[in-house]
Amino acid sequence: MSERTEQSGGFTPALRWPSEGEARVPYRVFTDPEIYRRELARLFLGPTWQFLALERDLPEPGDYLTNFLGETPIIVTRGKDGAIHAMVNRCAHRGNLVCLKRRGHADDLTCVYHAWRYDLAGNLESVAFRRGIQGKGGMPPGFRLDQHGLKKLRVDSFAGLVFGTLSPETPPLSAYIGNLIGARIHRVLYATPKVLGTTSQILHNNWKLYVENVKDTYHATLLHTFFTTFRLSRLTAEGGVDIAESGGHHASYNRNKRDPDPAGSDKLYAGMPSMRENFRLADPRFLDGVEEFGDDTTTQILSVFPNLVVQQIQNSIALRLVLPKGPDKTELQWIYLGFEEDDAAMTARRLAQANLVGPAGYVSMEDGAVGGFIQRAIKGSEEECSVLEMGGFDHVSDNTRTTEASVRGFWHAYRPLMGF
Amino acid sequence: MDLADIVRRFEIAELYADYVGCLDADELERWPDFFVDEAAYRITSAENYEAGLPLGLIYATSRNMLKDRVAALREANIYEPQRYRHLVSAIKIVKDEGEAIATTANFLIVRTMQDGDMTVFAAGRTLDTLRHEAGGWKFINKLVVLDSRQIDTLLAIPM
Repeated sequence: MSERTEQSGGFTPALRWPSEGEARVPYRVFTDPEIYRRELARLFLGPTWQFLALERDLPEPGDYLTNFLGETPIIVTRGKDGAIHAMVNRCAHRGNLVCLKRRGHADDLTCVYHAWRYDLAGNLESVAFRRGIQGKGGMPPGFRLDQHGLKKLRVDSFAGLVFGTLSPETPPLSAYIGNLIGARIHRVLYATPKVLGTTSQILHNNWKLYVENVKDTYHATLLHTFFTTFRLSRLTAEGGVDIAESGGHHASYNRNKRDPDPAGSDKLYAGMPSMRENFRLADPRFLDGVEEFGDDTTTQILSVFPNLVVQQIQNSIALRLVLPKGPDKTELQWIYLGFEEDDAAMTARRLAQANLVGPAGYVSMEDGAVGGFIQRAIKGSEEECSVLEMGGFDHVSDNTRTTEASVRGFWHAYRPLMGF
Repeated sequence: MDLADIVRRFEIAELYADYVGCLDADELERWPDFFVDEAAYRITSAENYEAGLPLGLIYATSRNMLKDRVAALREANIYEPQRYRHLVSAIKIVKDEGEAIATTANFLIVRTMQDGDMTVFAAGRTLDTLRHEAGGWKFINKLVVLDSRQIDTLLAIPM
């Protein structure tokens, strides 16, 4: 498919990646419609696993919901067999959307246009007027239902999260995620997930600018001043970043209670312009986090290549799915989680701490805007590059957060898939 | 409808005009004063509300949390200059128990950015309870239910 895209798309001139490697990113990758089309084909329809749903979203056979692989619409179902299935949401007849609602329950999937009917696994079961009427019309005798099903995805689950891929080449899901990052997902999703609510944020930037933002542990202490302004945590605390061998997945973490150099930290804080004496929250109760994970880690931001984020900020847990909607538009889906095992106090705590994240989040509000600022700033400068040298040039795990290694890791995974 | 009802309706209409006037004029420091001390405030979507999901995009359980929201907007959070224009309609008193009432109202918010770009930022309804306290009506509970599940860019100024 990717080669066909190249031929028909006339992909010229070729992008030449700078000799500095992942320490430079050409701005053109955030603006070029041809590169965007190639991403849809090679990344999103290619050998990557993408989050589709929570297993818990589909408790009963017949439950379905819709989502996307890149821009391609997907149906996810719980089949009569109890297994989860996923198919492209496009009728095999004339290309109409089969499921129109975001979620629902059905015995089968019937296209509204000409009533072609599929089972919950996407197999074509019947075609209206297949034998014609009164001996006239109808499908040719050689037409076979089993050759015209919905296009099926491979589906697998990890820690209650359902992933899908259209490529037969994608490695098995657990190998794709790997032990390093897999353990960090299990660490957060340790019980039975329960959805507290969802929202969706429209970002006016290329999807990769948001992914870079998530992987960028360096900005967190600088762009998001909520914690420093209100003297709530020390950004000098112990922390680091784990990066998968592929470079594509990462987990950054910090332990606010563990500050290796309190005296040096005091000195650093005294000089910060945003710090004010006696400037405190009037009602800081909402930040009364409890030690939930047994390892003092107060924040863990994790990404699975290319577009899933698993977030733990204190007791606020959320999934974020980064969906491309064009070269300069992105939908960020938020799914806020608790666990079925939570007591009322824990649910109240998670809801209160949700103030930190999402479109109105005290620490994530800026992330909705900064990608758009970049998208505006790079107009007319598509042949120039961003600089990613914080922490050196590699993309390996480290015990500091003043590094861009995990951002470089993303580009390390991205380049071969894209042929750059 | 007797004269007392009519007076009450005027009072409530006046309150909503003051409330959105405060937000639209960027007088956010006055905003918490529309609430009682133990006020509950939540912005959610119709999708969450109808599914019975408790999430709030902004979620406060005290007037002091609203003060903190304003302090954060003024001192900590970074966002582009923008203003809201609220259009409020169909204010209805759905329950009247004398000193406490429940209301519903529709709203539309047009957001204008510093370069002049204008968008319909939000439409929805509010489900509020109020009580009469020294000097006027105060919100005990304000629930803002957005028609859309999508927020454009970010949600900084409260609704």
